[in-house]
Amino acid sequence: MKSSLIVRAATRLLVGLLLLFSIWMLLRGHNEPGGGFIGGLIGSTGFILYAIAHGCRAAREALRLEPQTIAMVGLGVALAAGAFAAIPGDALFTGQWLFLWPSEGSKGVPLSNILVFDIGVYLVVLGSVLTLVLALEEEV
Amino acid sequence: MTSLWLLPLPIIVPFATAVLAFLFRRGAEGRWISVMGSAATLVLGVLLLMEVLANGPQAAQMGEWPAPFGITLVADTLSAVMVVITGITGLAVAIYAVADITEDMEEMGYHSLFQVLIAGVSGAFLTGDLFNLYVWFEVMLISSFGLLILGGKRVQFDAGIKYVTLNLISTILFLSGIGLLYGTTGTLNLADLSRIAPTVDPGLMTVISMMFMVGFGVKAAVFPLFFWLPASYHTPSFAVSAVFAGLLTKVGVYAMMRLFTLVFTQDIAFTHTILLWVACLTMVTGVLGAAAQTDFRRILSFHIVSQIGYMILGLALMTPLAVVGAVFYLVHHIIVKANLFLVAGVANRIAGGTELARIGSLYKGAPFLAFLFLVPAFSLAGFPPLSGFWAKYVLVKASMDIELWIVAFVALAVGLMTIYSMTKIWGQAFWKPHPGGIVPTLTSLEPGERMALLLPIVSLALMTVLIGLYPEPFVLVAERAAEELLDPAAYIAAVLGEEEILQ
Repeated sequence: MKSSLIVRAATRLLVGLLLLFSIWMLLRGHNEPGGGFIGGLIGSTGFILYAIAHGCRAAREALRLEPQTIAMVGLGVALAAGAFAAIPGDALFTGQWLFLWPSEGSKGVPLSNILVFDIGVYLVVLGSVLTLVLALEEEV
Repeated sequence: MTSLWLLPLPIIVPFATAVLAFLFRRGAEGRWISVMGSAATLVLGVLLLMEVLANGPQAAQMGEWPAPFGITLVADTLSAVMVVITGITGLAVAIYAVADITEDMEEMGYHSLFQVLIAGVSGAFLTGDLFNLYVWFEVMLISSFGLLILGGKRVQFDAGIKYVTLNLISTILFLSGIGLLYGTTGTLNLADLSRIAPTVDPGLMTVISMMFMVGFGVKAAVFPLFFWLPASYHTPSFAVSAVFAGLLTKVGVYAMMRLFTLVFTQDIAFTHTILLWVACLTMVTGVLGAAAQTDFRRILSFHIVSQIGYMILGLALMTPLAVVGAVFYLVHHIIVKANLFLVAGVANRIAGGTELARIGSLYKGAPFLAFLFLVPAFSLAGFPPLSGFWAKYVLVKASMDIELWIVAFVALAVGLMTIYSMTKIWGQAFWKPHPGGIVPTLTSLEPGERMALLLPIVSLALMTVLIGLYPEPFVLVAERAAEELLDPAAYIAAVLGEEEILQ
């Protein structure tokens, strides 16, 4: 199956935009709408678009890792982020915050294990959606 | 600090094992990671049980959001016992899987799915929140569907479709029930529900409780909702069907026991009478179905249904002794049933099938296996001095105590019928000459495989004998679990704190 020139040309622009947008959604997620789940869905649409335009094999090559592996690594990252709360002696999945360079006007740059957890969720969603979609696409 | 982490660890460890086993799925490492992870889960379960026995029900709030708003994990005696049993079954099946699961299936991620299933089961036992219970049911459903169709045979897909369709219907009912309950009470935390439920219109609560009864009834495979079970349990690999037979339906039974002692107690005369009839009919139809079957695993599958009836019976009677019986039965049944499926797997391996007409001579060629079959089979039927005898004895005594003679008679008669279909397996698979003229022996297996297949069977059989010979400590634990179920004050105090209750 050969896709149209318009799809291929538009894909070149859209894939990068979608992936960038997905990471933006991931990062703004804590206090505004967004987060790992929605970011992962948007990110996977980027790869799905690429698979439609250039075929599943090209999409798998662009991913470099198998989508199942991405999902499982994501699960591991999310677990590790939750278990990190053990070090200060809190319950599982308790948020741990570190504020870098605080100043008069702001609390500083916030770093937290919640963001790591969200990155894990992002990878799980990206990996599992792509596992399903690529398998179905190859079947057809 | 200890209980803060003892509670989530039996869920976290299987998940972590699943991740590791998946990354090493293309070699022999994956299966040993699975075995070690299962052993760790069992050790954690035992530690949790010791903690609960020493200090009473334990609760922990994940993310430190207080109950009833956050994610609560609770372990009372029943939960902790179930986590231990999950650990025992998980370890036995993980060792068995070393020899039973082909490399193709390992590469498809068998060990990861298996560990996720164990995590789901432990999660369902430990959660103190109704919506989380739903989530754990979903985790179990997804991983068990994967395990069920792993192997890709036509008959497996046929079974998988039935399994998933009926389980989804049950899940939808369960979820609608959750929605209605939340609309009525404004909380889903089980301890909080138990506090608020008596203040709500009892008629409305009974209607909602019926949705839960049907939803969990499908999961637990009670009459008349059990059809999916015998249609699907005989198709996957033997390790998979052993863990399904041991654990999956029992999660449904556990959920029923939890909700119908903690939350839905406003109209016991109505709800528990329905449960009583369901229990009797489940026992009878299950055992009659088994009598009509001619396949090793299908007979065992129908027996699961009939045994579920006994557990529901204990819950339906709602006397202290009956609930002790139900808890004891739950524990005994998981060990025995998983073991019988494991024996069926070895019989399949050496005799070349599970269709009773096409195998035989197992007693002649493999008398040790025959002995290992007899222990759980007699225990299931309720022969003294095996574990099943005490379980049945307690339940029959409990029904006689409140003068339900017909129920006691049904329970005894079903035990007798169980022996009938067990002797059918015995006569056909073990005594009859093999129609192919061969004599199957255990020595036809490679030594390493033989070890991996027989070690779990021998250990589980030893446990059955041990429970039978020294029932006292087990009954004491079951009594404690029953006390906590019938008087949930300690459970509620562990979750919400003492002062909340006084208000």
